[in-house]
Amino acid sequence: MEPCLSQSANILELEHVDLVRSQRFLLEQVSLQLQPGEILTIIGPNGAGKTTLIRVALGLLPATSGRVYRQAGITVGYMPQRLHIDPTFPLTVKRFLTMTGKPQQSRVLQSLEEVGAAHVLNSPLQTLSGGEMQRVLLAHALLREPHLLVLDEPVQGVDVHGQMELYKLIAGIRDQHRCAILMVSHDLHLVMAATDRVLCLNRHICCSGSPEAVTSDPAYLELFGPQAVGNLAIYTHDRDHRHNSCADCKEGNHDH
Amino acid sequence: MITDFLLRALLGGIGVALIAGPFGSFVVWRRLAYFGDTLAHSALLGLAFGFLLHINLTLGILVICQFLAILLFFGQRQKQLASDTLLGIFSHGALSLGLVCLAFMEDVRVDLLAYLFGDILAIGTEDLIWIFCGGGLALAGLLWLWKPLLAITVHEDLARVEGIPVDRVNWAFLGLIALTVAVMMKVVGLLLVTSLLIIPAATARRFAGTPESMALLASLIGCLAVCAGLYGSFQWDTPAGPSIVVASCTLFGGSLLLPQRGA
Repeated sequence: MEPCLSQSANILELEHVDLVRSQRFLLEQVSLQLQPGEILTIIGPNGAGKTTLIRVALGLLPATSGRVYRQAGITVGYMPQRLHIDPTFPLTVKRFLTMTGKPQQSRVLQSLEEVGAAHVLNSPLQTLSGGEMQRVLLAHALLREPHLLVLDEPVQGVDVHGQMELYKLIAGIRDQHRCAILMVSHDLHLVMAATDRVLCLNRHICCSGSPEAVTSDPAYLELFGPQAVGNLAIYTHDRDHRHNSCADCKEGNHDH
Repeated sequence: MITDFLLRALLGGIGVALIAGPFGSFVVWRRLAYFGDTLAHSALLGLAFGFLLHINLTLGILVICQFLAILLFFGQRQKQLASDTLLGIFSHGALSLGLVCLAFMEDVRVDLLAYLFGDILAIGTEDLIWIFCGGGLALAGLLWLWKPLLAITVHEDLARVEGIPVDRVNWAFLGLIALTVAVMMKVVGLLLVTSLLIIPAATARRFAGTPESMALLASLIGCLAVCAGLYGSFQWDTPAGPSIVVASCTLFGGSLLLPQRGA
């Protein structure tokens, strides 16, 4: 799909987008704006339509109604949730990074160094760990020197410590490359430090704003339940070990 | 010493093996083995079609294979049936329909075994032209689509975002596979076509570090299997098509004994 010419300074803009499949709304009246250099994170529970929204924004899925603007002439870097590469496909990281476009050898290594994965340059893709894979996918997107970076669950399959590191890396990339970033996350607290704005999605937009504003929004609390108020994953973990019933958890958490 | 029919068999077999290497690699990478089977199973229907219209039989097979590839392309876009169920319906449906159609043609007598398992020793000059021109065309097309196809094999949406016309490339690729299958029919028969696509490729995987080296190696291993199979067939008077498949299986088994590259 050809990117439409946007009237405004926004690099990406969705206006009242609906997506209907088998008479069900997958997205309902979703609007968002993304400015150059801005980081916008979409959070929401499973099945909220986060990936669908990203695919609509990229032009991979046509919206049933509403409008999608991408600034004309921009380069988009995309990082999919995961790659399903058959074990029989002999592909090294280096080959993967040079597959489309014609990046120079030095640029390839440089982009891997930037994401902290230079050591896997000659490894087969199938041998990478979850975190290494995400970093390689990020390097792949960066090689296109994108104006807009679209990341679908960039920290998937990475432990909590690694997740924080990756988010820090992503925030650094924005500062370094001055590109806008649209990303999906299922956890607000880890992404908080890395994002400018948060959009809370459950097929429709529940609430949006700065991460601090969203955490105290009643719509956010309703969507994620009171346990979302807990600040870290450790917190949830600790509570699980008290073997409380679910009702007890909720009550206990209201005290905070 | 070497007789004409044996020379033609060898040439035809090697031609087919050369084509099968790169295509077979993609079939393995993209898990299209059952898809190839389905196309091959429609060959009898193509045969009936050829008899009906009094056209060249390979052309008849080619037309029906292409038609089925188009049907499958659209069929796989619906989400009601899993893709293997859909392929099963088309695969066995086409095979049975072909047999039924042939039974209706009373004045047509077909050596069924030759079509099921191939008749490489009966390869004529016209067949060789089909194999080398048709196969050459298929290979040239594949070479042209090579880079975008690799990108699509990694991730379709990623390829789309990077500006590759994914649907058009997939479309063309399925057409080329249909052409390959139709051309390979004569050598190993419709039941064994897929084996010549996937076994050499699976054997090559253990020694390949890049997609290109795997495709090339698969071609060479296929050639070796054809030579060994033909030799065995000549020596022990066994059916040629199955002998070639047994030879490629033996090579695959033997390759497991050798150390794997890299890993």
